[in-house]
Parts: sequence; C-alpha cells; structure tokens
Amino acid sequence: MAEKRENTYMPAGHRDGPDPAAGGTSASRADVTPPVLGIKGMFRWAWTQLTSMRTALMLLLMLAVAAVPGSIFPQRVQDAFAVETWIEDNPGIGEVLDFFQFFDVYSSVWFSAIYLLLFISLIGCILPRAKKHWQQITSPPPRTPRRLERLPEFGALELQSSAAGDAADGPEPDQALQDAAAVLKARRYRVEVRESSVGAEKGYLKETGNLIFHIALVGVLICVALGSMFSYRGQKILMEDEGFVNALVAYDNFFPGAYFSEDQMQPFSVQLDGFERVFDRESTTHFGQALDFTADVTTQLGADGEPQSQELKVNQPLTMDGARVFLVGNGYAPEVTVRDGEGEIAFSGPVVTRPDDQVYTSMAVIKAPDAAPEQLGFVGLFLPTSADAGDGLAVSVDPELGNPELQLNSYYGDLGLDDGLAQNVYVLDTEQLEVLNSREVDAGGIVLSPGETYDLPEGMGSISFDGVTDYIAIDIHYNPAQQGVLIFALTALSGLVLSLFLTRRRAWVTVETTEEGRTLVRYGLLSRGEDFRLRDENIALRDQFEKKWPVRAPEEES
Amino acid sequence: MQSINMELAQYSELFMLIAAFIYTAAFMLFAVDMIRSSATIRRVEAELAEENAAERQLVSSGAVSATAAGDSGSASSGDRVGAGSAPAAPAAPVDELVDEEMAYLGTRRPFANVAVALSVLAVAAHAFAVASRGIAANRVPWANMFEFLTTGALLVAAVFLLVLTRKDIRFLGTFALGLVVTMMMGATVGFPTPVAHVQPALQSPWIAIHVSLAVLAMSLFTLTFAMNVLQLIQHKRELAQATGDTTQRSGWQFLRLVPSATSLENWAYRMNAVGFVFWTLGPLITGAIWAEEAWGRYWGWDVKEVWTFVIWVVYAGYLHARATRGWTGNRAAWLSIIGFACIMFNYGVVNVYFPGLHSYAGLPE
Repeated sequence: MAEKRENTYMPAGHRDGPDPAAGGTSASRADVTPPVLGIKGMFRWAWTQLTSMRTALMLLLMLAVAAVPGSIFPQRVQDAFAVETWIEDNPGIGEVLDFFQFFDVYSSVWFSAIYLLLFISLIGCILPRAKKHWQQITSPPPRTPRRLERLPEFGALELQSSAAGDAADGPEPDQALQDAAAVLKARRYRVEVRESSVGAEKGYLKETGNLIFHIALVGVLICVALGSMFSYRGQKILMEDEGFVNALVAYDNFFPGAYFSEDQMQPFSVQLDGFERVFDRESTTHFGQALDFTADVTTQLGADGEPQSQELKVNQPLTMDGARVFLVGNGYAPEVTVRDGEGEIAFSGPVVTRPDDQVYTSMAVIKAPDAAPEQLGFVGLFLPTSADAGDGLAVSVDPELGNPELQLNSYYGDLGLDDGLAQNVYVLDTEQLEVLNSREVDAGGIVLSPGETYDLPEGMGSISFDGVTDYIAIDIHYNPAQQGVLIFALTALSGLVLSLFLTRRRAWVTVETTEEGRTLVRYGLLSRGEDFRLRDENIALRDQFEKKWPVRAPEEES
Repeated sequence: MQSINMELAQYSELFMLIAAFIYTAAFMLFAVDMIRSSATIRRVEAELAEENAAERQLVSSGAVSATAAGDSGSASSGDRVGAGSAPAAPAAPVDELVDEEMAYLGTRRPFANVAVALSVLAVAAHAFAVASRGIAANRVPWANMFEFLTTGALLVAAVFLLVLTRKDIRFLGTFALGLVVTMMMGATVGFPTPVAHVQPALQSPWIAIHVSLAVLAMSLFTLTFAMNVLQLIQHKRELAQATGDTTQRSGWQFLRLVPSATSLENWAYRMNAVGFVFWTLGPLITGAIWAEEAWGRYWGWDVKEVWTFVIWVVYAGYLHARATRGWTGNRAAWLSIIGFACIMFNYGVVNVYFPGLHSYAGLPE
C-alpha cells in the first residue's frame, strides 16, 4: 500500500494524509527485496515512473517552458511570411532554430512529445484511480479505528442517565448509535451502523470531480485533434457588389485539415452589397477612432436557397450550415485603369490596398504584365484624406474619404510573372525594374485624385484613378469538433470545481457504557486531502449531538 | 452610439486622483505600523522578560500565586505599551502574536487601524471613479491598460478589505496598499487614456465576463504571491529559530505579526485554488469562446494565448505540487511566485511590447 501510494497519481488537494484508520499499512518497507527486472519488469518500471505524480508534475512544468518560445519567435501558424523574414534577417541561427522547429513550436516533435507523454501519464493514473474510486463508492465506509482520540478531530460526550442520579435520562448505547447515524446521515454522510460503532464517509464527489476533470481534458485533446483533421479555413477579399461561392477555387487562401475533402464544403454564397464604417467624430482625444464596421450582405444557402439580407459585423459572424463567416478586415480599393504605350487597356479594376494604420494609410501595388511594349508596375500609397505634411510629403489625416489621393511610383520591365511562379500580389519586387516615376527622378512621383489621368514618361502609357470602392476581408472557418472542445472544457471546469472545493471526510462514532451506567459517545473525524474546515465540522457535529441528547456537563477537575 | 458623458468622465478622473492620494496615506500608515510593530514587540518582550524574572522571584519566595502575577503583569503592560493582546499567561511564548487562523487577537495597532479606515474611504472614492467612468463611456470600464490597472487596483483593495472583515491580514497591508498605489501610479503615468469608445473588436458582451474574470484571478494571484513570499521568509526565520539562531531576530521583528509559514501556505493554497478556477473560466474558456467569435478560431497560439496557457499550466503545476511528496512548502511557493511573474509578464510586457491580437493598450502611437 505504502509503495503504491507513492506512485499513484495524486491530483490537486488529494494528498493522502497519514491514514491511521486504513490500518494494515505496515506491510513494511523492510521486506521489499530488490526486484529482478526482466523486459516485462523494465516496462512495468517505466510505466510506474511515467504514471507517477512526480513525472506528471515535471511534464507539466516542461510543457509550460516549452510553450514559451512560441511567443518569442514568429510562428508559421500565424504568419509564415514573418517567419521567412526572421530567418532571412538572422542567417545561421535562423536555419538552426528552424531545424529544431522553433517556428512551429506547437506542432513540433518536442512539444508534441511532452504533451502526449503527459496525457499518457494522465490516462495511466486515471484508470487505476477510477477503479479504486469505484470500489470505494460501492464498499462500506472504512472500519472503525480503535483509538478515535488519535484522529485529527475528536470529541467525547457523556450522556446523562437517571440510573446514575442525573436529572435527565439519555438513550441507551444502541439507541445513541442509531441517533448518531441519523445525525450523520442528515449531514449527508454515507453511514454504516456496526456492532458498537458507526462508520461514515462523505465527499465522494470530490474524487469523482477530479476524475471528470482529467478525463474531460483528454476529451478536449481528442476534439482538438479531430478538429485539426476535419476542419478547413480560408480567406477571401470581397469588393462591393462582388459575390463569393464556397468552393475551393473561390478562395484567396485556403488551409484544409489533414482529412479534408472538397465535397465537405457547405454550398453557400455571400455577396457584399454595401459596407459602412463609423468613426468617432465627438471625442477630442480619440477623434477618428473606428467605432463600427457593418457589411450588408446577401447570403444564399445551397444553389436554390432563399437569398437573405444579413448584417456581418466584427464579433457577429454568420453561420452558414455549420461554416462560420467572419468579418476580419476592410479597406479601400481605388479603381484604376492602366493603358500601355500602345493605348490598350493593360489593367482595369479596383486595387486592394492594405491599410497600415488608424487613418487608413494604405499600401497599393498595381501590376500590369499585359502592358506593351514593356510590362508596367506601380507601388505607392492610397491616402483617404490626403494633407500636405510639409516638404511636399502627403500623409493621410483621416480614415474617411475626405480627399482621396493615390501617390505612386511607376516602373517598367519584367515583372517576373511569366515564369509561372506564384507571387505575393501585395509586393512588387522593383530591383530588376527600371524607374519611371519616383521622387528621386526628374519625372517625380505620380499624384492622382479621382477622375485624373497621368501620362507616364517615355510614352509608356497612362494611369487613371477612376474612383474608390470598399472591400472587406472575410474568413471562412469550419470546425466540426469545436462544440466538443467547448463541452469538454466546461465539463473539465465543473469537475475542477468539485475536486477543489469539496472535502472528503470520514467520521466514526463509538458508544460504550461507563461504570456509572452512563452512555459515553466518542467520535472522530478524518479528512482525506486538504481540509481546512474539519474543526468546523467537529463543532457542528457536537452541536447537533448536544441538541439531540441530554449531555452531562464535563466534570470539574480540580 | 451614445455620446460620452464628459462631465462624468471628469469627475471620474478627479475621484481617481483623490483615491490615489488616500491610498498613499493609508500605505504610509501601514508602513509606520510595520516599523512600530517591531518596536512594540521589543518593548513587550523586554517587559515580559522583566516580569518573568520578577515572577520567578515571587514564586520562589512563595508570596503570590503565579496566576495573579501573570494577570497584573499583562494589565500593566497593556497600559503602558498598548499591546493588550497579549500573552496572558507568562508561560506562553511571546511569539503568539498571531494565530494560525489569522483571527483578530486584540493587539492594539492604532496606526494600522487608521490605515484600514483610510483604505475604506479610498476604496469608496475609487469605486465611484471606476463606476462613473463606465457609465460615462456606456460600457464596462476595463477596455484598455489604464482601465485594467485601475479596476484591478480597486479589486485588490476591495478583496483585501473584504478579507480583513474576517481575518487579521493587516500584516499584508503594506504590501497590498503599496501594490495598489503602484498600480494607480502605473496607470496614470504609464498608460494615461482619456475616456473613449472602444474599437469594434472589443464591442462584445464577452468583454464583461472575460476581462473581469481575468482581473479577479489576477487580484487573487497577486495576494497569494505576497503570502508565498512571506511564507518563504517566515520559513527561513522559523528554521533559524529552530536551530536556536537568534541573530536574525532583530532584523525580522515584523515577522512576529505574520502567521506561520504553514498557515500562509494553506491560505495561499485556498486562494490560489479559487484563482485557478477563475483563470480557467475567464482567460482560458471565455477567452477561447470570444476568440472564436471575433477571429474565427478558438485558439491560435497568439502571444497572449500562449502566456495564458503557460500561466494556467504553472498554476496547475502548483496545485499538483501541493499533492506531491517533496514538493510542498517552499517548492510549491516558488511555483506560485513563478506563476505570478508570468502574470506580470503577460500583462506588462506582452501587451505593450509584443505584436499580437491583444494590442489594446490604448497607448499613444
């Protein structure tokens, strides 16, 4: 018993105190002989080690430490681009860290190893504990210890007896035993009346809660794993009046789970009808802060579903047949027409710009690979409300369209799109290109207001700024196991509350008849695990006994 | 969106300032009490030693019974020193200035009492300031670093006072009030933010639950941190005493007013258990629910999420350590202290210096 307890998984608040009541624990250490370990023995030894509380604690602390690098180094799950930049900026160390999976911490071999070992250890502890707990629930309370006065809490009451010349007549021992059992039962103990004693125990729910907590954690892990297998997520930028149909080809970015199949995708469509931004116009300190984004969308479920007008807002996603649609971003898309040197339209349409700050100073990149004789590229800023900051530099001073302006540099040459390699549409590599317009050259930069057209130098063509439209960025997520994670997490929480705040207590009452013929009731209390209110229980119990029986005042010992 | 009530907002800021001043006064009085307490103890001790000596003489001469001597002795010491508590029976060691249950023993500590009264006043002003800020902005008053700190400070002070009604934890006064003053100062100096509406991402009912539970958990962890630090110091003193080393005594007189290391450990454990439940429900579970609603995924290993997880695991480790042989006492205390360090890091460093989804500091750009 003693050795076993050492290696048994003991969760919070479940320290088995010295347990004189259990008795027989003296199956002594002395007669433990050094075991001969075979392969089976080795395995058993490893298993015992793994499932020991100390190992579990170590694994827990290792898990905490192992999670930290993920907050220090950029992670691919969040921003693959940032990871590549980091590695480029830190040659040498970057590759080494990458080899050790420091940019994929939470799917790395070492992190996975720690939490898998932890969960194996946890299961290895839960199973025997659950079995033991079941046995305890189904068996009577432990036998009455011989010396109750040795228990942490103890009390004795001598009942009056008219035979001994007292004023009132207390119950006989048998009756007192029944009374004590009733009191304990009323205090929600599980009670067993024995020959000359009562054994009682309560608080089994504590261990039940503890088991529930740990089992539910396993449930959480399983659901997380299921989620990563069968989920998918993707991103899409929608211009005003543009529609989106939930199919692979429609996505700008798509991240399928390991067991994703295309026919799993819910058939729905979303069309952006209008988008409204509200900014703070009252505050002097927070003037221009975003207050509300509302996208008016028309959704349709299935090919022949009823089109529905809905509002899509931040914090208010749409649910389409289990898939969720989130509003994660928005910005301005200036409509631009680029004509090449031959007068043909090389590019026409809205250009998605990426807002960089609170006043929507936005990065704009335009690529016109179809332009002739040379391919054309433009890089610059879109400013919703442009104002001169001095030195001829313009900055945006407000997020709304007060004085929209495009500030662009232009380039010609091979944009590098012809070799078929995927490129970031928001980045133009200008290194291999010739400069047409920029603040550094005589031609200067391009500054355009809506309706204006600029003729490029060297007869390379022209660019016109036709107007501004809104766009929104939506994320589409589907994770069938998400509900499961929540349910298991809440189950774990309730188990945790039970295991932390309930107390497991044992009580015993014995009766005997004194020489004077009075009934002497003794009782003792023992808690398993941390119990800071055992004394209160003692007092409450004594109160109830005193109410029930005529108790003889303790004799003055002079 | 309803306009901000600027007049009320100004009152809020005024009362915040008033509260900070009263807290500072209370803090200083607690500090005085701490310093004086050692002087008081020394005097009581000296007198008791005298009495003991006198008593021994009396007993040996058989003139007066021991009880009488004890009675008159404690009465006279009470008159002179104002330490009425006291060790009524000469046999009891002078160490019994506090008991394990942290009950009030009646030791007269006027400075501490005034400090408590001032704290009550400050909490009232502070509560008005926080509430009026929320009403002025028509939302919960914990949406940026300034508000998080001021609301957190209010909670620390309120929890401290609440516990005071039942337990004598005045020994924590200097720490608790010092912390509150620091938080108020940090809010005003580090993150001054005028009342304003919040960005769309924060406009969710979850902010009321998620953030308030986080503040609550953090307040509890802060108090247990103090208790665990005291526990370590007290443990050292107890060891020194056990080995009969009395050289440390003069330096650590204040610790006589602090409960034993075991008692501190138990109380810290009980509060940490509550804090852990809050942390599980608040930052972890409701945080995940809100993250799903706002960003589409319930868990994405954002910097803040990582640290929330780390803190949860550290405190889970602490709770397990309490049940592991060889890990109770000091080691568990260290885990609790590490957990608190993580919390400070999560709040102070992650919010301000790490790019992430929780960059709501409201800091000027």
